[in-house]
Amino acid sequence: MNQNPLTSLFGYFALLSLFAVGGANAAIPEMHRVAVDVMQWMSDRQFADMYAIAQLAPGPNVVIVALIGYHVAGFAGSGVAIGAMCGPTCTLAFVVARTWDRFKEARWRMAIQNGMVPLSLGLIAASAFVLARAADHNVYAFLITAVTAAVAFFTRMNPLWIFVVAGAFGLSGWL
Amino acid sequence: MSDSAPPLAVFRPSLLELFRAFALMSVSGFGGVLPWARRVLVEQKRWMTTEEFNETFALSQFLPGPNVINFSVVFGSRFGGVPGAAVALAGLLGPPLAIVMVLAILYERYGDIEALSRILTGVSAAAVGLLIAVVAKMAAPMFLKRWNSAPIFALLAFVGVALMHWPLPYVFLGLAPFSIAFAWFKR
Repeated sequence: MNQNPLTSLFGYFALLSLFAVGGANAAIPEMHRVAVDVMQWMSDRQFADMYAIAQLAPGPNVVIVALIGYHVAGFAGSGVAIGAMCGPTCTLAFVVARTWDRFKEARWRMAIQNGMVPLSLGLIAASAFVLARAADHNVYAFLITAVTAAVAFFTRMNPLWIFVVAGAFGLSGWL
Repeated sequence: MSDSAPPLAVFRPSLLELFRAFALMSVSGFGGVLPWARRVLVEQKRWMTTEEFNETFALSQFLPGPNVINFSVVFGSRFGGVPGAAVALAGLLGPPLAIVMVLAILYERYGDIEALSRILTGVSAAAVGLLIAVVAKMAAPMFLKRWNSAPIFALLAFVGVALMHWPLPYVFLGLAPFSIAFAWFKR
């Protein structure tokens, strides 16, 4: 690839933003495919680390895009990546917001919306799969994943506490 | 409009208030901003009713891209046009981006340190667990309904992206027309 990294970042994330039904979490497998497999910007492990850092920080999950951009091309990279990820879809959101009331009850709108739900579920499940392969390298890590999933499913515990406990387990050297 | 919800405020927030509200919900939101968006906009500020919130959120989900980002643009534009949208977006993205940039610099500089890398191993294992819980919560209602095409499309999307490693645009364009068609004829 003799392309300028900023151009690649912009192209990939602008395209990705338009297909990310279900939000940033649904776009994780495609980010992983591009960043790790196609462009080889980072290792599997680094990608899992960046996802963890994005989860540790408050705010929308989409900030992982800024982490990838920073890794590839510094501050310019993070700006280009987040701008490309948010620009096209924000423009679309702005335009649609003005006409939304007119077709709020339209049958085709309900069909599109209902048709997207299973796709975003499949994509987010794929994210979990891709990240589990990158993050769970032994039985202890896998156990942490399983326990966290159960705790988050059945309780409303603040995820930050789960991260503190999991980070302490990691530090202890078991993983 | 239900009588339990507070009436729609005629009061229009200033751009500064808009920025502060979105910045507040953004930095409060660990593992998801949406519950905080509801708390701040509906319960604390009373800038919109629960119905309006749900409807605005439905629109944000309908659009591609990050949902909460879309939400800030839609909400901001309704209150203050282009400046309103820009200010809400800046409030939502600015503070977490500043935090994440500091973490990015630290990671690039110290990511090789054994202790930090061990901690991140634990945190990323837990982060995957949280995502699995999200998937389970989304999937539960879908699999409870009988004679429903949704699980098939969810499974196909999963297989295409996770197992076959096909590019997302192909998988999406291949499945979306059929999934929408099924949703169209279901009712």
